[in-house]
Amino acid sequence: MTDTLTKVQRDDLRTIAAMIIPESAEYKVPGADDRAIQADIVATLGRDTEPVRAALDHLAHLAGRPLAELDPAQREKVATEFRATGGVAAATLVRVILQCYYRDDRVLRSLGHELRAPFPKGHTLEQGDWSLLDPVKARGGDLRRA
Amino acid sequence: MNDPVDVLIIGAGASGAAVAWSLAETKMHILCLEQGGWMNPAEYPSTGRDWEAKFYGDWSTSPNVRGRPEDYPINDDNSPIKVVNFNAVGGSTVMYTAHWPRLHPSDFRVKTLDGVADDWPIDYDALTPFFEENDRMMGVSGLSGDPLSPLTHPPMPPQPLGLSGPLIGKAMNKLGWHWWPSDTTVATMDYEGRARCINLGHCTPACAQGAKASTDITYWPHAMRAGVEIKTHCRVREILTNEHGMASGVVYYDKDGVEQFQPAEVVIIACNGVGTPRLLLNSVSGRFPNGLANSSGLVGKNLMFHPYAQIYGFVKEPTDSNRAPPTCLWSKEFYDTDLSRGFVRGYGIQFGRGAGPVFEAVASEQKGVLPWGPDHHRVFRRLNGHRLAVSAICEDLPEEHNRVTLDPVLKDSHGIPAPKIDYTISENSRKMMEHGLARGREILEAAGATDICTNSPIPWGGWHLLGTARMGTDPARSVVNEWGRSHDVKNLFIVDGSVFVTSGGVNPTSTIQAIALYIADQMKQRLANLFD
Repeated sequence: MTDTLTKVQRDDLRTIAAMIIPESAEYKVPGADDRAIQADIVATLGRDTEPVRAALDHLAHLAGRPLAELDPAQREKVATEFRATGGVAAATLVRVILQCYYRDDRVLRSLGHELRAPFPKGHTLEQGDWSLLDPVKARGGDLRRA
Repeated sequence: MNDPVDVLIIGAGASGAAVAWSLAETKMHILCLEQGGWMNPAEYPSTGRDWEAKFYGDWSTSPNVRGRPEDYPINDDNSPIKVVNFNAVGGSTVMYTAHWPRLHPSDFRVKTLDGVADDWPIDYDALTPFFEENDRMMGVSGLSGDPLSPLTHPPMPPQPLGLSGPLIGKAMNKLGWHWWPSDTTVATMDYEGRARCINLGHCTPACAQGAKASTDITYWPHAMRAGVEIKTHCRVREILTNEHGMASGVVYYDKDGVEQFQPAEVVIIACNGVGTPRLLLNSVSGRFPNGLANSSGLVGKNLMFHPYAQIYGFVKEPTDSNRAPPTCLWSKEFYDTDLSRGFVRGYGIQFGRGAGPVFEAVASEQKGVLPWGPDHHRVFRRLNGHRLAVSAICEDLPEEHNRVTLDPVLKDSHGIPAPKIDYTISENSRKMMEHGLARGREILEAAGATDICTNSPIPWGGWHLLGTARMGTDPARSVVNEWGRSHDVKNLFIVDGSVFVTSGGVNPTSTIQAIALYIADQMKQRLANLFD
């Protein structure tokens, strides 16, 4: 884990993650800078490692120093420029943060999702109101003649 | 050298499986070479908690992103629509939405009816028995009697409307527009050894339940029981020909990477609209310097994708999101030509039920709908589980400059030149897409949706790979004849989407398989003089 990203990169990752998704007392959910979510991100980077590194390097370049050391207005400015100029790498970094955040048990529980894989239980789908189709049947129509 | 076989099929996907099963009754020695392997449903994404994350990596629809050893790279930099596919026994039926419309009878008479492109050399009626046979084999669910679609007889009832279906139905009724439950290859009851759908959610990246029909669990077990042999992890490099100009067999790399020659009396290509021209163009010789079966110069040309114009929004009511197969309804309201719309031909519409939380977060953040910062949570709860989508599947007309060639640099893991795509969206298609988006917006607004976003075209929407070895009666204007045999090489057949003359405005797999069965039937009827 420590080899995947440098300490500077990990610090900036934590800071930008908290900017994207901060902790919320209202919804009783952690921020994306939560220790467990950060660990999940770093542990599962896999094929995304290189673009994430590139994104964090770009972020560091824009910030000029650790992102956490900037005042909030400066951080916002850097984040805006990062999203505008970071291209695929920045999009990958944001996606990786989101995909790990939205599989965290605490977050899913807050959203009302069951904490399980779709298989084997699946889901129940109601039939719905089939009488809605009656106007379509009544209107009819013809296939274009060939 | 391997022992000769009577029939060699290249590719075990939608069309290869169908043609193998149909020809099995001849008791000929039939071998299929497939570059992928058998998939293990226990490893499909829906079996794990990280099921959504896998869509961005190992289970991406793009072979370039996925990069499995079984995949080959595709240079699609010069195309706004990227190729998506899957390489395994079952091919892209392992990874598709299971939406199951057919081409309409009028789609086979485009030149006659609308003065564009070309008519097919066959008509809908010629395919009707094979559509029916294919629906039984794949196991189709749906509701017979759609007034604006060809008559079908699905052996299973349609998917439930769920939460999303009535929202769409009410909106369409408000507008007075046609809609109907889609035919799908999702089993809604236990069927031929397949368990019924339990709504795992996203059908596209394979079905762990086995409710979605993919040919590894439909055609192939029947074909193999009937004696068809299949060799996996065998990638064909080229088709060789003999001194008579007939195909003599293929050179392939086996699972250990060892070059092999497989002699055959008949070669059938079933590699899709990109893989097939790639193979033909890689099969050069003194007699066929421009690639095999290419005296017309049309191999690889006339590539058709179906540009998808997608529009989506968010309603107050909960939708099915990831708790149902993604598609359940279609509309043919704008399928036929109406020149007052400013374009010729038309499009089908397929409706989407929603998305899972990760997909929703990623997509909405990219669109700028989901903010960063303290308001993120409130907005996400308004979006998540509330999405409805409308996609116009626009008929792509054939244009020779849209093409598959061989990339001069890019190669697959065996050193075989990779395909290169050059494709632009035509002005007619652009107008059609704009029309689809405008009508889609009306539908979403009628459903009460807000925060409306578009993907036009859907960038990774190159599912439908059509037209690159078209059929026809004129050898100067087509690659295969009206029953799938190469004009140039009389023991070479093509049975996949390459043979499409025009694309229609619907998902093509049902029609691809019906054509494969039709060609197999033609072959069986002509066995005594197949090469005349």
